[in-house]
Amino acid sequence: MRPVYVTGVGLHAFGRFPDASLTALGMVAVQRALAEAAIGRGGFQAAFCGSVYGGVATGHKVLTALGLSGVPTVNVEAGCASGGAALALASAQIASGACDTALVFGLEKMPRGMIRSSFFEPWREEAGLAATPAYFALRAQRLMRESDVRAEDLAAVSVQNHLHGVHNPYAMYRKPIGAEAVLASALVCDPLRLLMLCAPNEGAAAVVLSSRPGDAPPVRVLAAVLRSHLPGSVLGEHTPLAGLADDASPTPSEMAACVAYEAAGVGPADLHVVELQDTDAARHILSAEELGLCPRGGGGAWVRGGGGSMGSRLPVNPSGGLLSKGEPLGASALGQIVELAWQLRGAAGARQVADARVGLAHTVGRGANACVVVLRAG
Amino acid sequence: MSDARPVAPDLFVAASDGARLLAGRCRSCARHHFPASPVCPYCGADGAAAEPVGPTGRLWLWTVVTTRPPGYRGTLPYGFGVVELDRIGLRVVTRLTETRLGHLHAGQPMRLVVETLCADDDGTPVEAWAFAPEGEA
Ligand SMILES: [Zn+2]
Repeated sequence: MRPVYVTGVGLHAFGRFPDASLTALGMVAVQRALAEAAIGRGGFQAAFCGSVYGGVATGHKVLTALGLSGVPTVNVEAGCASGGAALALASAQIASGACDTALVFGLEKMPRGMIRSSFFEPWREEAGLAATPAYFALRAQRLMRESDVRAEDLAAVSVQNHLHGVHNPYAMYRKPIGAEAVLASALVCDPLRLLMLCAPNEGAAAVVLSSRPGDAPPVRVLAAVLRSHLPGSVLGEHTPLAGLADDASPTPSEMAACVAYEAAGVGPADLHVVELQDTDAARHILSAEELGLCPRGGGGAWVRGGGGSMGSRLPVNPSGGLLSKGEPLGASALGQIVELAWQLRGAAGARQVADARVGLAHTVGRGANACVVVLRAG
Repeated sequence: MSDARPVAPDLFVAASDGARLLAGRCRSCARHHFPASPVCPYCGADGAAAEPVGPTGRLWLWTVVTTRPPGYRGTLPYGFGVVELDRIGLRVVTRLTETRLGHLHAGQPMRLVVETLCADDDGTPVEAWAFAPEGEA
């Protein structure tokens, strides 16, 4: 297998952009990544685009608008992990020698408010069994029962990610918030309050992968692994709504992490920086447990000990995470890759993690499916 | 006044001693699933048969929904959670009749009920199943 390098990254800020089309958001991110990789038309042999709500041929529209069409182009949908799935496909193409350079991008303009998902049958919507935050709430309640996680810990996660986001010009929310404000914010679905949930929004991210390093300080993709839930493993990112939860089954995130660590030849102790799924504050803690950043059931103690903060052994979500960036589904996973590339190059400015050389990105979403990517400087 | 209709067919039935859910039971691995499907979602075996299950269980997880989710036709607020059915252990994602958080707790005995969710344009009542705290059904 050939090595896979990140040779260019680009972002369109995450937020609300009523005057910009979805295609326009994608164009910005793609142009920035291609410029950094110093390539244009003819410089890549395949393109993979992650989007969930984009509709027909989302990626083709962006490449057409930029005069870059012609290469094989695949639109990828895998819920919150869509961008990760696109990256995994592109990475495999390069590692196998099917192509030398591939463009990966993700983009989204999320509807406002509670997200409607075609995942649910119409009768489930009618009966009120398709309320996404309610599922997050059940998962949070289960975590709090099984992991010694308290409401104050959920607030602490939100405070920490918002504090990190202050230094990220691409984030939607850049103001620090206090724990009191989080705990006093509107109750959405007990135990989750408004400031413990990320906001669905808009944005785009792009990454150029190549078999050879480019001009920028080299960053290698050591692993990009996608997994879906095992039958019966309900109440992960989303319950498949069928029957008994098999408590003994590993979750999609645990499976993807296990394979990724093995493929990359690293473990949690070797990581210097992590970007993980924090759709809500409880998801942040559960993700940390699933990735082995703290013991299973030890998430509450991990948070109370400052786990994941910028001064800690292993900073988590230095970008501010989805809690401060917002979540444009198709773009969020690649947004993590862009952040890690900057961190591993030492180019993350005020939110730089000192001496970061190995990073991990994690997304998990509807399906249920998860993606874990391990990157290394050099 | 027209007859009520279920929100979807083959989810629940009325019985002389209360309501029952229609769960599938796999002939191969013997596990239950809900809603019933001819294919077992655990082992993939064909030929699962629907059978009535319930009406009692224990509350496993719960919350209360106060904002109208997309497509929802019932009233607000409403209880939402997972009930683990007695004997067979099947965990069912369900509406809950109780909307006061302080009146719900882990392991609470629950009983299946059929309730009116909303009405169609022609006045036909639409019914859904829910679980109520035992003694309040
Ligand atoms: Zn079976």
